Amino acid sequence: MSSIAIRKRDVLAVVAEPRRSSASHPAAPALTASAERAASRVPAVPVFAKRRAPAPEWMREVVAYAFGLALFVIIWAMVAGMGGRIPGPGAVWSAAVNIFADPFYQKGPNDQGIGWNVLSSLQRVGIGFGLAALVGIPLGFIIGRFKFLSDMAAPIIALLRPVSPLAWLPIGLLLFKAANPAAIYVIFICSLWPMIINTAVGVRQVPQDYLNVARVLKLSEWKVFTKILFPAVLPYMITGVRLSIGVAWLVIVAAEMLTGGVGIGFWVWDEWNNLKVEHIIIAIFTIGCVGLLLEQALVLLARRFSYS
Amino acid sequence: MDTRKYLRIESVDMTFDTRKGPFVALTGIDLTIKKGEFVSLIGHSGCGKSTLLNLVAGLIVPTGGGIILAEREIAGPGPDRGVVFQNHSLLPWLSCFGNVHLAVERVFGAAESKAKLKERTEAALKMVGLAHAIDKMPQELSGGMKQRVGIARALVIEPKVLLLDEPFGALDALTRATLQDELIRIVAATGATVLMVTHDVDEAVLLSDRVVMMTNGPAATIGEVLEVDLPRPRERLALAANPRYIHLRGRVLEFLYQKQLKVAA
Repeated sequence: MSSIAIRKRDVLAVVAEPRRSSASHPAAPALTASAERAASRVPAVPVFAKRRAPAPEWMREVVAYAFGLALFVIIWAMVAGMGGRIPGPGAVWSAAVNIFADPFYQKGPNDQGIGWNVLSSLQRVGIGFGLAALVGIPLGFIIGRFKFLSDMAAPIIALLRPVSPLAWLPIGLLLFKAANPAAIYVIFICSLWPMIINTAVGVRQVPQDYLNVARVLKLSEWKVFTKILFPAVLPYMITGVRLSIGVAWLVIVAAEMLTGGVGIGFWVWDEWNNLKVEHIIIAIFTIGCVGLLLEQALVLLARRFSYS
Repeated sequence: MDTRKYLRIESVDMTFDTRKGPFVALTGIDLTIKKGEFVSLIGHSGCGKSTLLNLVAGLIVPTGGGIILAEREIAGPGPDRGVVFQNHSLLPWLSCFGNVHLAVERVFGAAESKAKLKERTEAALKMVGLAHAIDKMPQELSGGMKQRVGIARALVIEPKVLLLDEPFGALDALTRATLQDELIRIVAATGATVLMVTHDVDEAVLLSDRVVMMTNGPAATIGEVLEVDLPRPRERLALAANPRYIHLRGRVLEFLYQKQLKVAA
């Protein structure tokens, strides 16, 4: 807590006197002769000790990140060094160099490069999520706009939302009689709820003032939608999209473990059967990186559409 | 059409249904406004003056009586009334131009060319002194500038009556004075009929032809109506020492702080 407070103050100091702090750097340790003379002539003026310029915020952040990651790798190496089957960072690194040297090889349906596996997982997420957006966003608008429909939908959503998406997998297999559409279907279901809920909340949160403007001008429903509802709801919708993508990326790994085929989840399971533990760890990092990239892309998108 | 009875508010009652049962906000409101007249509604907070304005705007429907504007009963909101909201209510995703143009397009879009609509929008922003800020977004503007855009948006549709709901209430005193002077100028130039809600005694006397003083709620009604017979154009500085102005101002203060003193506010 206190360290955060100190950091904040330092940041303020940097913002408040950027020129002085950079200029004071070389003259920091001792008072110059002229300054001393000036001080003796006007004794009432206090002479402040010059402070060292604090490092810029981003630099300290980078250092903190590096320390965090280094600590993580050290603990990992220690755990691996205690024996057992966990490979250390070195072994994983050399395996990773090997794997990423040729990420797009194809040797039959069950032996493909990690690039293909990630791409097929992303494709499933893309299709399932896209369908969920097509259904969920309009549904969210309707539910948000009409109280009765919202009350109608409330118990269904409340009941189905906490269900693990994987519980829907057998229904998907039953409906589609194939593994791939069933996995997409699971993604669809799990992406649906955050988008419906966030869009509906967004519609309900549109300030009454904006709607009064529409009422006073008697704008057509279409104008109300395009000029007021849609832009006002957009930030909420993007939040829904972000949550959906996050959940979908979590769920696809588990779904693919169950359905098989090509995909990063299946790859994890396959490497487990081959007992190539370093590959599993590589897959974990890859899944993490892709998830992070998806998240960051949507954060950028959200920033693009925020008005304040 | 009788321009002396341009806006008629006739025995209007307004009762809200609340969880604690019916709440009588307004009762027996009778007020007739001439065309081109500037009328202020003043009263303590909670006296239902904004409710009365919303009734004229058509945002709410009276539970008793009726309101007639230019021989037609008000049944709902419509662009024949321009409303300036207290908190400006500009759409943050549209520029100044976009905000005003939305209103212009709605009212004149069917009959006029795109160039003419653009011209009207620009003229309205110029009138409120914002020609230089036409492409700015609302969040880049000061509070006073936002309120100017709000006034431009309300006036550009050439409404029969301009409704101002504490338009300068959220502004600092200096900005408020500037905008009051601007409003005097704009109203004189356009000949608009104005109904303004305010809680500022000076503002009411300076701007209005009549000041309608409302009793405290619940069941608020019109207490007194004061004719402000000061000649126009009115000068803020000259009026400060004008005995007639001081007298009128005193009348409003007397009503608010003697006859309708709010107990334990």
